[in-house]
Amino acid sequence: MSDGLVVVSSSPHIHSPEDIGWIMRQVIYALVPGAAVGVYFFGLPAFNVIWISVVSCIGVEALLQWLMGRAITVKDGSAALTGLLLAMNLPPTSPWWLVVIGALVAIGLGKQVYGGLGNNPFNPALTARVFLLISFPVQMTSWIVPRPFLLRSADAVTGATPLGAIKTAVFMHGNLAAAGKISLMDLFMGNVGGSLGEISAIALILGGTYLIYKKIISWHIPVIYIGTVFVMTGIFWLINPGVYANPVLHIFSGGLMLGAFFMATDLVTSPVTVFGKVIFAIGCGVITVVIRLWGGYPEGVSFSILIMNAFVPLINRGTRPVVFGAGR
Amino acid sequence: MLSFRGGIHPPGMKHLVRDRAIVDMPLVPLYRVLVQQHIGAPAKPLVKAGDTVKRGQMLSEPLGFVSASVHAPTSGKVRGVENCINPVTGLGSPCVVIEADGEDAWAEGIPFDVDPFSMDGSELISRIRSSGIVGMGGATFPSHVKLSPPRDKPIDAFIVNGVECEPYLGADHRLMLEEPQRIVLGARLVMHILGLSVAVVAIEANKLDAVEVMRKNAPGSIRVEVLDVKYPQGAEKQLIKAILDREVPPGGLPMDVGALVHNAGTCAAIWDACSRGIPLIERVTSVTGSGIREPKNIRVRVGTPLRDVIDFCGGLQEDASKVIFGGPMMGIAQYSMDVPVTKGTSGILVLRSREVDRSSYTSCISCGRCVDACPMGLLPNVLSRLGERSMWEDALEYNLMDCIECGSCAYVCPAYRPIVHFIKHMKALAREASAKKRQAV
Repeated sequence: MSDGLVVVSSSPHIHSPEDIGWIMRQVIYALVPGAAVGVYFFGLPAFNVIWISVVSCIGVEALLQWLMGRAITVKDGSAALTGLLLAMNLPPTSPWWLVVIGALVAIGLGKQVYGGLGNNPFNPALTARVFLLISFPVQMTSWIVPRPFLLRSADAVTGATPLGAIKTAVFMHGNLAAAGKISLMDLFMGNVGGSLGEISAIALILGGTYLIYKKIISWHIPVIYIGTVFVMTGIFWLINPGVYANPVLHIFSGGLMLGAFFMATDLVTSPVTVFGKVIFAIGCGVITVVIRLWGGYPEGVSFSILIMNAFVPLINRGTRPVVFGAGR
Repeated sequence: MLSFRGGIHPPGMKHLVRDRAIVDMPLVPLYRVLVQQHIGAPAKPLVKAGDTVKRGQMLSEPLGFVSASVHAPTSGKVRGVENCINPVTGLGSPCVVIEADGEDAWAEGIPFDVDPFSMDGSELISRIRSSGIVGMGGATFPSHVKLSPPRDKPIDAFIVNGVECEPYLGADHRLMLEEPQRIVLGARLVMHILGLSVAVVAIEANKLDAVEVMRKNAPGSIRVEVLDVKYPQGAEKQLIKAILDREVPPGGLPMDVGALVHNAGTCAAIWDACSRGIPLIERVTSVTGSGIREPKNIRVRVGTPLRDVIDFCGGLQEDASKVIFGGPMMGIAQYSMDVPVTKGTSGILVLRSREVDRSSYTSCISCGRCVDACPMGLLPNVLSRLGERSMWEDALEYNLMDCIECGSCAYVCPAYRPIVHFIKHMKALAREASAKKRQAV
C-alpha cells in the first residue's frame, strides 16, 4: 500500500473461478464422447473434419478480430467450441473446403458481424450448417454407412439416415414399411448414418448430463425439448402407426440429442429465465416435429432452434422474474 | 433449512479469525472521528480546536430525526475539525481530530449503573439516540429511528441478526461466543421498548458453537434459529423472508411488514448505552485476510486510523494489494492508510496481489447465472447492459432501486462484468436527477 500498488475497485472483491473460458472448456469436454463415437464409426475422414473445423474457426476468429482491430479472444475457447459443434453437425465425409466455408460462415456471419461472443442472436454453428445445407445440398446429404474402426475397408458405402429413409418411404410409398427395420439399439449406440456427432444418443446424453451436473446448463431445455418431441410424435404414432414412426425412434434419431443438449442450450442464444427456457424448448420441439412429419426435409432440429433463437429477446421480455416483495 | 430464493456460496474463509478471541486494541496518539458515520441527515460539530474532551463526550449534534451524533473515543485535546477521507464515500468529510492524552478519562457521569427495564420506551429511545447508536452490520442506519415506527405500522417481530454472511468476517461470531449476555440483554431491551414478548436470534449453520452459546444464554422468549449457509443470508430483507416468510415490498422498509432487525453488535451497544450510559465509541471488528500478518478480532475505538490497526495486527504482507473496509462482497476498497475506523466497520480485509482480480470484462453471454443468483428477483444482465451506457431511466423500469448491491451477480458473472459498479453508477445518476427535479419545483 505504501509503494502505491494498492488496488481500488468496486465490490465485490472476490469472484467465482468459473469464467467464460472454464465454461467453454466444460462444454468441449462434454462433446468428446459424441465426437469420439463419430470417429469410431466413420474413421479418419471424420477426424479430419473435426480438426479442420476447429482450426478454421479459431483462425477465422483471430483473423476477423485482427482485421477489425478488436481484441483477439480465441483463448476464451468459444471459437474452438463453435468449430467442434460445426464439425459434429456436418456429414463425416465433408470435403475440406466445405468445412472451411462453414467456419467462415459460423464465425463471420454467425458471430463477428454482430460484435462477437455474446451479441449473436443465432447459434453460429447452426447458422453455418443451414447455410451449407441450402448452398451445397448434395455434399450436405451424402451419408456413409457406419463401420466400426477395426472393420473398415477401403471404400465407404453410402446409405441413408434413419429419418431420411422414413421420409423417402412415406413420400414414395405412403407408409413406413419401405423404410425397412431400424434397430433402436443401433440408434442408441450410434451405429447409424448421419452427421458426424449426432449418431450416438448414449454418448450425447452422457455429455449433456455432465453439463447439467456442472450447472452449465439446466435440465429444462433438453428434457422439455425431447419430451415435446416424444409426446407429439407419440400422439401421431397412436393415430396412425403405419405412416408415423414411433416416438422412441424419433427421440433417438437425427440431430435431436445433439441439438437438445448442446445447440438449443447455447447460453448466448437461449432465454435466461426458467420459464423462458420452458417456452423456448416447447417451441423447438413443436417445430422439429412439424418439419419431420410434414416438411420437405427429413430433419428439423437445426431449423427449429434457429427459428426459436429469433424469439429469444421476446421470450426474455415476457418472462421477467417476479421482483422480491412485488408479487406472491 | 430456512433460507431465501437466489444467493451464492462463496468460500467462507472464516477460519482465519474464527478461533481468535477478541483483544482490546490499545490507545493510539491520534483519533479521527468522522462527524458523518450514519445514513441520514448530517450532524453539526459541537467542539472546536483547543477544546479538551473526555471519553464518551458528545462531539456532534444531530440535525434532524434521521441522524446521529458521535462521541469522543478517549480523552484528549481537539486539534480541530478537519477534512478527512471518509472510508465509505472516499470523499473528504468533516472530522473531529483528537490528540489523546493517554488518561482515557470518562466524561462526567458515565459510566453509571441503572436498571433500564425500569424505564419506559421513550426514555430508552432517547438514550439510544443520544448515544449515537447506528446499525453496526455496515448500513449504519440510526437505531432509534427503527425503534420509533409510525402508529400505523406496528412491529410484531424482532430479529437479532447474527448471520454474518460476508465471507472472512467473524466479529459478530466472537461477540456471540464471548459476550452473549450483552446481546441478549440488548435484545430484551428492544423487546421491552416495543412491547414484544418474543424475539428470534438468527445464526448461520456455520456458527453452531455460537448457536449453542446463545441458546444457553437466551431466555425462553428468545428463540435461536439456524439458517442455511448462503450469501446474502444476513441481508435484512432476505433474513425477514427466511425467518418470517414475509417479503418487504419494493421500496419499502421492514416495518412495512411489521418486522425489525438489529445486528447482534447493535444490540450489545444498545445495552451499554441504556444500562451504563456508554455511547457508541468502540466496536468489535475482524482484521483478516491473507494480506495481514496476524489476523485478529479486535475491540477498537471509533476514529482509530487504519494505519494503527494494521500495525497492531502485525502489518501488511509484502504482496498485500487491496485493503477493504467490510467484507469481500460489499466492502469498500481503501486508497489511504489514514482513513478511520467507523461505527459501521464490520471488518478490515486485506487481500494479496494474487487474490486481487484485475481481469477486464467482456460482453454478456446471457448465461443467466446472475438472474439465478439475484436474491431480489432482478435481471442483473439487463441492468449491466443498461449501466454500460448510463441508461438509468430505462434501468428504473427494471427495478434499479430495488438492488441491494449484495454482489452475488458480479461474483458469478463468467464475463467478469462489474454489474454492481454499473448499478451504483446508475443509482447515483437517478438520485442526482430526482434531486434536481425537486429543486426545480
